[in-house]
Amino acid sequence: MSSGNSVSPSFEKVQASLARRYARERRFRAMGLGAILLGLSFVAILFITIIGNGYTAFWQTYIRLPVYLDPQVIDPQGTRDPEVIRQASFRKLVRQPLREMFREVKGRRDKRLLYKLLSDDAPHEVQQRVIDDPSLIGRKVELWLLADDEVDMLVKGHIPRETLLEGRKAKLVGWVDRLQAEGRIEKRFNVPFFTRGDSREPEQAGIAGAAAGSFYTLLVTLLLSFPIGVAAAIYLEEFAPKNRLTDLIEVNINNLAAVPSIVFGLLGLAVFINWFGLPRSAPLVGGLVLTLMTLPTIIIAGRAALKSVPPSIREAALGIGASHMQTVTHHVLPLALPGMLTGAIIGMAQALGETAPLLMIGMVAFIVDIPQGPLDPATVLPVQIYLWADSPERAFVERTSAAIMVLLAFLIAMNALAIVLRRRFERRW
Amino acid sequence: MDRSRTRCSTQSESDVIKKTLAMAALSATLVSGVAQAASRDYISIVGSSTVYPFATVVAEQFGRKTRFKTPKIESTGSGGGMKLFCAGVGIETPDITNASRRMKKSEQQKCFDNGVKGITEVKIGYDGIVVANSRKAPRLHLTRRDLFLALARKVPGPDGKLIDNPYKNWKDVDAKLPNEPIEVLGPPPTSGTRDAFEELAMGAGAKTFPDLAKLRKSKDPAEIRALMKKLGIPESAFNKKGKKVFKAVAYAIREDGAYIEAGENDNLIVQKLEANPQALGIFGFSFLDQNADKIQGSFIDGEAPTFDNIAEGKYPVSRPLFFYVKKAHVGKVPGIPEYIAEFTSEDAWGDEGYLADKGLIPMPEEEREKYRNIARNLVQMPNL
Repeated sequence: MSSGNSVSPSFEKVQASLARRYARERRFRAMGLGAILLGLSFVAILFITIIGNGYTAFWQTYIRLPVYLDPQVIDPQGTRDPEVIRQASFRKLVRQPLREMFREVKGRRDKRLLYKLLSDDAPHEVQQRVIDDPSLIGRKVELWLLADDEVDMLVKGHIPRETLLEGRKAKLVGWVDRLQAEGRIEKRFNVPFFTRGDSREPEQAGIAGAAAGSFYTLLVTLLLSFPIGVAAAIYLEEFAPKNRLTDLIEVNINNLAAVPSIVFGLLGLAVFINWFGLPRSAPLVGGLVLTLMTLPTIIIAGRAALKSVPPSIREAALGIGASHMQTVTHHVLPLALPGMLTGAIIGMAQALGETAPLLMIGMVAFIVDIPQGPLDPATVLPVQIYLWADSPERAFVERTSAAIMVLLAFLIAMNALAIVLRRRFERRW
Repeated sequence: MDRSRTRCSTQSESDVIKKTLAMAALSATLVSGVAQAASRDYISIVGSSTVYPFATVVAEQFGRKTRFKTPKIESTGSGGGMKLFCAGVGIETPDITNASRRMKKSEQQKCFDNGVKGITEVKIGYDGIVVANSRKAPRLHLTRRDLFLALARKVPGPDGKLIDNPYKNWKDVDAKLPNEPIEVLGPPPTSGTRDAFEELAMGAGAKTFPDLAKLRKSKDPAEIRALMKKLGIPESAFNKKGKKVFKAVAYAIREDGAYIEAGENDNLIVQKLEANPQALGIFGFSFLDQNADKIQGSFIDGEAPTFDNIAEGKYPVSRPLFFYVKKAHVGKVPGIPEYIAEFTSEDAWGDEGYLADKGLIPMPEEEREKYRNIARNLVQMPNL
């Protein structure tokens, strides 16, 4: 028997190294935590700057003016016909109250500047109101009219007063102050931002056109890439013989998933536009290009989902006499579908944020009209962000951030949907 | 089981093949249907990113005032626009291209080769190119000679021979300038702004050196060779037009880090200037106009880059802007004459038109009248 009072040498060794090993683990954990915190802080900075820059864009400055809807100007014959009203010049009617309010303003140049308080769109707004409700004609109504972007920036404090006072628009500051003192300036929720297409006047620019373009593009992408991707995944996983050729195909699909997206744009330009003669700038072409880009993602996710279905399911189905086709469609596919859907949604989210391939096929363009179908010229949300970020007008800064917020909201919603679907329907074995 | 599997799989393979064929047929009909339906009912415009902010405003007004659809405008750069425009005649090609410089002879030739014979050239106004810095720094008084000396790859040395640009500090260029390192942010070579800056600022600055000015004018091979020897330009650069040799020297911007290519996004340059008060930036006047609280334009040859100075032609670094119309498309694509009429109306390009509000510098009245007539009658442009 060895002596009882001395511990074994290996235990001593362990004892001695214990502190060092614990310290090493603590360091490792701290580094891991540090990495996560760093990542989170970058995300936080991104969100804070974007939201800080952009939240003001959801409110827009309006000016309240008493507009006399003169029947002599609008509809001298009293027909109340919308066509007649459409021909009338509302510009004068809208400027009249400004002239009356600021009687001291003389000279052509100053008057022009005075009219710049209001957006170009104000006359059209009034016109639409009158067409909707012809009984307003002949009355003096207090109307909230859209203010020009420079007024908007001044009211929101994005352009310092001092710099405006130095420039050729110095008088604007005094007028806005007076209107504000009279309670005629108000910030209201920016509905046009969500209902309009692009515009070069920041106060009239909206994201509806780009959102519709994104919708049609993604619709085409989804309709093409999901069935093709699922079919390809099923064929490769369940039916294809395993040989050199299918190995080659597999390697190629994995490679395609990593090809830079601009390459798909060039392909789209060469094949769909130059060869097939499809129209430039159309969501149809954009959808086709993005289909090429998302297909590998969907195929890979689909194959992974099929692989995760246990072989016992297939064997049981085949064992009770189901054909191979029945086994796949009745048993394997339903079980794999949630995983495939998740892959498809993540592929779609990727496609939603893509600009590079669309550059080549003419979807980076100024388009005012909201597209009505996949053949109309259109642009998409990330392209709209790029175009606004490149515009000289100051008011586009906040709109750029606001558009980024909308795009992020869509992305988060899509990813959340993917998670929900996975939680709900996925079965673990 | 193995056998059944193979049989099943062949069966479903043929199924898949059938489906694939059906799909191919479907997409083929779709494609041919589209190709037939593709008669365009909107104007397609491409070209310069400098003209883009102006053309888009006109397009929007046009879309609002008339019964036509709003034109589609792509910002492709002047060169990219010419390439698309000259690709041929037909609705898949653009109707109008914008340019921040004149069409080049080679581009016109390419147009002619591709069957684009009828082209109308319309000048729309001027754009000033400003050299600006942050308001936190003192405002600079530069000359075009300073800009050439600060930014050219090769400058005349003490003995008159060209040497690699030795200047690292503005003070070395001119003792009156501040003691700051030379750091200029500007557009890349694909940009029309860069072309114009090279010609109007660098070229003009180079001409202040008598030998370079003589070289530019010279058409006599012997004299050119003599001047090249005097300036220390290698034989290989010889061209029988002295102007070409001059351009190769005067328009070459240094690549040792003092000039930084900042991309086509002018807003980005403005942000970088704000962060770095030492740096200067080169961009179009409209960006200075919109960001006057952050940046200031340097005086060039004693003139500040203001709207009035550029309009009166006092500010030296300004360039004309153009658009080109494909005459073969007029009548095929609806609205082209009306769009041109809108662009050339006094409401748009006049002294107090809406384009002036966006920063376009209007032409003098007689020039506007001349180009209005050219535009509305679709006069063929001269052979370059």
